[in-house]
Order: sequence, then structure tokens, then C-alpha cells
Amino acid sequence: MSSSTSPASLSPARRAWGRFKRNRLGYWSLVLFSLLVALSLAAELISNDRPLAVRYEGQTYWPLVKDYPEKTFGGDFDTPTDYLDPFIRERLAQGGNWALYTLNPYGKNTINYFAKAPNPAPPTRDNWLGTDDRGRDLLAQLLYGFRVSVLFGLALTATGVLLGVLAGAVQGFFGGRTDLVFQRFIEIWGSMPELYLLIIFSAIFSPSLGLLLVLLSLFGWMGLSDYVRAEFLRNRQLDYVKAARALGVPDGQIVWRHILPNSLTPVVTFLPFQMSAAILSLTSLDFLGLGVPPGTPSLGELLSQGKNNIDAWWISLSTFGVLVATLLLLTFMGDALRDALDPRKADR
Amino acid sequence: MSLLEVRNLRVSFGAKTVVHGVDFAIAPGEKLALVGESGSGKSITALSLLRLAGDAHVEGEALLRGRDLLALSEREMRGVRGGDIAMVFQEPMTALNPLMTVGRQIAEVLEQKKALAPAQSAQAAIELLAKTGIPEPARRALAYPHQLSGGQRQRAMIAMALACEPALLLADEPTTALDVTLRGQILDLLSDLQRASGMAVLLITHDLNLVRRFADRVAVMEQGLVVEQGPVEQVFARPQHAYTQRLIASQPRRDVAPAPVGDAPPLVRADGLRVAYPVPLPGVRGWFRKGEFVAVQGAGLRLLPGQTLGVVGESGSGKSTLAQAILGLLPHAGELQVAGQAWQQPATRNTPHNQALRQQVQVVFQDPFSSLSPRLTVEEIVGEGLRVHAPALPEAERRARVQQALADVGLAEAQFPGLLARYPHEFSGGQRQRLAIARALIVGPKLLVLDEPTSALDVTIQQQVLGLLQRLQKERGLSYLLITHDVEVIRAMAHEVIVMKDGEVLESGPVRQVLEAPRHPYTQRLVAAAQA
Repeated sequence: MSSSTSPASLSPARRAWGRFKRNRLGYWSLVLFSLLVALSLAAELISNDRPLAVRYEGQTYWPLVKDYPEKTFGGDFDTPTDYLDPFIRERLAQGGNWALYTLNPYGKNTINYFAKAPNPAPPTRDNWLGTDDRGRDLLAQLLYGFRVSVLFGLALTATGVLLGVLAGAVQGFFGGRTDLVFQRFIEIWGSMPELYLLIIFSAIFSPSLGLLLVLLSLFGWMGLSDYVRAEFLRNRQLDYVKAARALGVPDGQIVWRHILPNSLTPVVTFLPFQMSAAILSLTSLDFLGLGVPPGTPSLGELLSQGKNNIDAWWISLSTFGVLVATLLLLTFMGDALRDALDPRKADR
Repeated sequence: MSLLEVRNLRVSFGAKTVVHGVDFAIAPGEKLALVGESGSGKSITALSLLRLAGDAHVEGEALLRGRDLLALSEREMRGVRGGDIAMVFQEPMTALNPLMTVGRQIAEVLEQKKALAPAQSAQAAIELLAKTGIPEPARRALAYPHQLSGGQRQRAMIAMALACEPALLLADEPTTALDVTLRGQILDLLSDLQRASGMAVLLITHDLNLVRRFADRVAVMEQGLVVEQGPVEQVFARPQHAYTQRLIASQPRRDVAPAPVGDAPPLVRADGLRVAYPVPLPGVRGWFRKGEFVAVQGAGLRLLPGQTLGVVGESGSGKSTLAQAILGLLPHAGELQVAGQAWQQPATRNTPHNQALRQQVQVVFQDPFSSLSPRLTVEEIVGEGLRVHAPALPEAERRARVQQALADVGLAEAQFPGLLARYPHEFSGGQRQRLAIARALIVGPKLLVLDEPTSALDVTIQQQVLGLLQRLQKERGLSYLLITHDVEVIRAMAHEVIVMKDGEVLESGPVRQVLEAPRHPYTQRLVAAAQA
């Protein structure tokens, strides 16, 4: 049939990737999103209160990796240098001295004590997106907050997928009584009030990203496991599995080589949506004050600041913008992925 | 003057043209058969006449009493569908609405097309059902599709199509989903109704027996073209086109070694074999106990080395269950010995004993699309058995054996560059079936269980695959347990036959005796249905 027309043989996954690439919106969303994640991973090189390199009186310093006391640069104290201090800046600009600053000279927790306007300050030449109500630079907050959100989203999605696939595979492959018991367990587990548990736990333990990850993972796998279970139930009675059984292939191999690869379509399709849900849930918990510990840059915390300082429009507007852009990119990717994996869509 | 005249019909999906300019005509009251293999464009031709071909692009003319169907508005077309032209589909279970009683569905057509009052239409629906020979039509009219048998559903479907006395009936593989003994009945019914009402019928089928039995004229389609048409007797007696000749010559041919004389011990011996499934009981009782559905009851059989045992029966007769029990894939009771050994119970467990026995018994399934994992390469699929049974084999040796197994079933690197790295979707149905045979043979089994190995294939491909199986049997002295509903395949392949119905073996014996002098009335019906 079509066997002679295709020169190289492509695996089903490669063909799906080809279809994904042909969806321009989804493909460019993936490119842009990857770029943003890469940038945020290198946030220290873009937005930092320390210069990348300093040349002071014939010597080169690397403040990014090493702390230097203020005395090094002609200050009065042994404390670490505040490179935003106008006095230090002046010293570093004298004579043959120079300092290479990052694009945005503020770190994630830098408070600009030398700001001219009261906090929160509207956008100026010094703080491009203004400052928040504690005087921290908003651009730096958004950059680091985006990084935390994405990394948290990735981690939560990964654990959710792992648990979901495992639970679904066990139910679907063994079926029968195992399936029955597991299903009832999921019903009980799923009816627990997640938010209250979070509130209780955040009262007992000191809040941290790790704790949040564990708590949200405990509940995040159930939706996916249903899909995987259904796929396993369908695939395990297909002829190629029976043929493998007739060959005497052990159960583990049947699951790993035969059923699992053919059951992952819903998992892959849901990845971007799972991730956007994870980001959104972290944001809402932060907004409610149940999320990350104070001092961690977070989009949700910024949103709550925007709510408290309604006239500081730059806070809510820019945070909202970042959040919408992130979720939109993920949704576009998810749509493209869903179309690429749709068995009804034609190949060419 | 012809009732329907199709001129230069072209159908394309996007850039791909599937029907390249087809011409044919049907006179009033004529029975025309459109015959061809899958992918020949016969079904899409019929669907595009009713403009039901989805997003296909249709060109040309289809004149129904001088009116071009392809130029009508969608509104006018709705009047034609069901009114002037009605359609019967292959699978009545999906063509009927499962949430409505069949009587109501037929009545609805009458109310819409003939503007009958509800009381009248309900009565008319019962009369229509009676006409199609459904027993107790008044009661059946109140049944939902799932409460009817396959044959009754197809009869209800026909009743619905005939509700508005169409001038033309399009029947798209109307008997393919039915059991053999029912096929003839449905076809006779269509013939009778056609004679009584004088409507024309366009029968779309791949089955030449049906054409010969039913049609006045036949049009043979190949790859979107009508390559030959004419009166049935003429085309069958003197086919002009090479493809038609090939199609008519594609009856399975018998080419097997004669049954060896002497008494070698049987390779498979079963006595009083019983296979049962647990099924849920209705109501509260089902919470605590499981019911039992007996799929095979007291089956006995003998299969000698180098021979083929045909197992013939309809769907639900338990023949596939029997096959799975012999493969050691289902727990079973009674006596069953394969290559002199029994499966350790439960047979589904992979004990070393069972594992060793699995090397002796392999299987080829019916559906070449679901029997190969779409995400493994040819090398992984065919080499799987070696991984299990010869795990110590070096990579290069394994690859050489895979290539040899592929060559044995007629798949060569020369024909498919990069054969080992290809994925199943790149192969046609017949080629996939060869892959499945290679996968089974690579571990060197003595017994091959063939579960409807050619039922999903086109007739010309079916002949090739059967030829391959016959050659392999002669070369290697393989035994086959051949499960099929097709008496022709049994005739071509089997040495011994058992006939199954409702889980029991009705009749068994040498193939000539069973097929030529069947003793059991059911076997007689089965053989008669196939010969028609």
C-alpha cells in the first residue's frame, strides 16, 4: 500500500511529532515557552543585585560566585557589599575601575533602599516594572516567580504522572478484584477535602515547597489514573497482547513493552494541561497565603499584593500578564498535542 | 430508460482521488452488484450518490430519473434519501439507534416521509417488520436493537429502508456482519422484496458468491475504476479483464499433503474439555457470588502431526475459546494434552513447564491490525519469541534468525528497504498477517493455532496467505488448528473437521465425509449455505 512511498520508516511517536510541528501555533508556543523557561533558569545572569564582574584597582572580582566585604571596595564595614549603594557605585566607576552589571540590577529579594519614590513605586528608569509593597523590584520578582512556578509545575506533573500511570496500570492490568478495591479507594480518597487538609497541614508544619509538592501530589494523580486504567483494560485484551502471552512473555515485559507504550496517548495529551493546572493551584494557594514560605518569589503572592494595593496597577497588571501568557502557551501546546495524537487525524 | 445513471463520477479526499471517473447505470427493477476488494472505492461510490461521503469532493453526474443528485440542494437531497433511494448498512447494530425501539424507528421514518399519524405509522411499522419475516412482529416492534439477534436487526434495518417504497435500494455489504447460515436468508429476503416491489437494488459486496446468487448485472471495481461490467453469467463465464479473472480464480485452492496413514500419537488430544468464564450475576446475589458461562462443554478432538484440524462454527459457538484453551491462555477443566503434556493449572501462569510448552504452540489471529503492537518495529515484533525462549542468543544471531523467518513468509529486504526497522502501519493487511506468521514460527512450534487467519483479508490476498500456510505445512510438517466460519477455507486446508455450536462439538470426522455427507442438520445447513 503506502509502504513503498515513505522512504524512511518513522515510529508512531515520530509521526505524531511531525503532526505537532505542522501546527504552527502549538509549535511556536513550545519554542517560546522553552525559551522563557531557559531564560528563567538563567535568571541569576539576567536579574541580580551583584555585578557579573568587577575590575577594581587592577584586580578582578567575581561577586556572582563569591562574597566580598564592603571594605574591599573602600567601604567602612566588613559586611557584604551592597552594590546598589550609590557610594559603592561611585567607587566602582572611578578611574580605571568598572563593574559589569546584569540587565536588571536587582535580585529576587533585593530591596531598593535607595529608591526615590515610596513603595510600591510605579515603573521608573531604575525599576522597569516598578516595585512591590516592600520595595523589591517587580521584574525580578516576576522572573524568579515564573521560575518557581514552572519548576514546581514540572515536578508536580512528573510525580502526578508517575503515580497516575502506576495506579492506572495496576488497576487496568490486573483488573477484577484489584481494580474493584482500588476504585473504591480512589472514591474515598477523592472525596477528602483537599483544601482543608492543606490549611491544616500548613498550620502544623512550616510551609515549604517540598511539603506543598507532597500534599498536592497525594491528590493530583487520580484524574490521570482513570484514563490509564481504561487504556490498559482495552489494550490488555487486544490480540498482540494475547500473542505475547502465547509466546510466554512475562507479565512485566508485557506491561512494559506492549501495553504501556500503547496506553500513554492520554498521558502525553494531558501533560500541558496538567502542568497549567499545577501552576494555577500553586498560584491560588500562594494568593491565599497557604503556599510558599515568605520570601520566596511567587506569582500568587504578587497577585495578593496587587489586590491589597489596588491603585498600584503595575503589580496586578504585570503579574496577570505573566500568568495569562504562561497558561495560554501551555494550552496552545496542549491543543496541538491533542490534535497530533488524535488517531482520526490524517497523516498527510 | 435507466433509473439511475452515473457518469464520470470522481471522488477525492483532499489531494487523494479514490474514485477516478466511474460510469454505470441501473434500470428500474434491476439488481446490480458493485464488487471489489477493500479500498476499491465501491462503498464511497454508493455513499457519494446519497451525498453522505463526509468531506469528500464529488464530481460528475448521477442522474436519478434525469435529475442530477449531485446538483440538488441539501433540502431536496433529504427528500431523496429514504424516499427515492434507501440504504442498508453492513453493521445493523451501529446503524440503528440503541435508545429507540425498532418499531418506533421505522414509524418515525413513515411519519416524516409519508406524514402518517402516529397510530397509523406504528401499525405500518409492524406490517413492514412482518414483511421481512421477523416472527412475532408486533412484539419485536417494541424491542430495542440489542434485544434482537444479528439477523433480526438486519431485517429491521431492511424494513426501515423499505418504509417509503424506494425506487432504489443501496445495500452496502448487507450480510458481511452476519453468520454464514443467515447470509443466504437475508439475501433471499432482499430478492423476494425486490421482486414484490419492483425496486432496483445496488448491492455492494466483496463476496462473489453473493453476486452470483443475487445480481442480474455486475460491475467490478479496482482502485477507483470500473474495470468490467456486464450480465453476471457472462462476466463469470468469460471474464475479460485480468483483475476480474484473478478475482474469480481466487477461490481457495486445496494443495495439502494427504493425511499420513499409520498411528502416530496425536499432537493435541482433548477429552471432555470444558472452559467456563465467571460472569456477574444480576442483582444483590452478584455481590457475593459469580455466575458461570460455559463457553466450551465436553469437547473432544484429536490432531495428528502434520495435519490440519478445521474447527468450524458461527460466532459464539465457542471455537475461539477452544483455541485459547489449547494455547494455554484460559483456565480449563477436562483432559487436554498438547505434544504429550498438559498445561499446569492455572494455565495462565508462566511456570517453567508452561513456558517450555508455549514454544510448541503458537497462534495467528484474525485481525492483522490489532495483532501487532503499533509501537514496535518488525525486528522487535518478530524477535520477541527469541528473547523469551533463547535469551542467550547473541544480537547478530537473533537478527539473522529474524531475517530468515521473514524470508520464510515471503517478506524480503529487497522488497521493503529497511524492513527490520519498519513499523506495522507501513504494511498492508496481507503483509501484516505474514508478519504474525513469522512471529509465531520463529520459536519453532509444532502446532500453529490459526484463529480466522484470512477472514479480514481480501479474497486474492486470502488465497496467497492460505498458499503460504500450505507450503509451510508441507515443508515443516506443522500441525494447524484452523478456526474459521468459512467452509471454503476448511475445504481447502483441513484434513479433519469438527463442527461446533453453542460450545459443543456436533460432528467430527475427515473433511470429505463432513462436508460431502454431513450427518447433523446444523452441519447440513452450514454446508448448504456455503454452496449457494
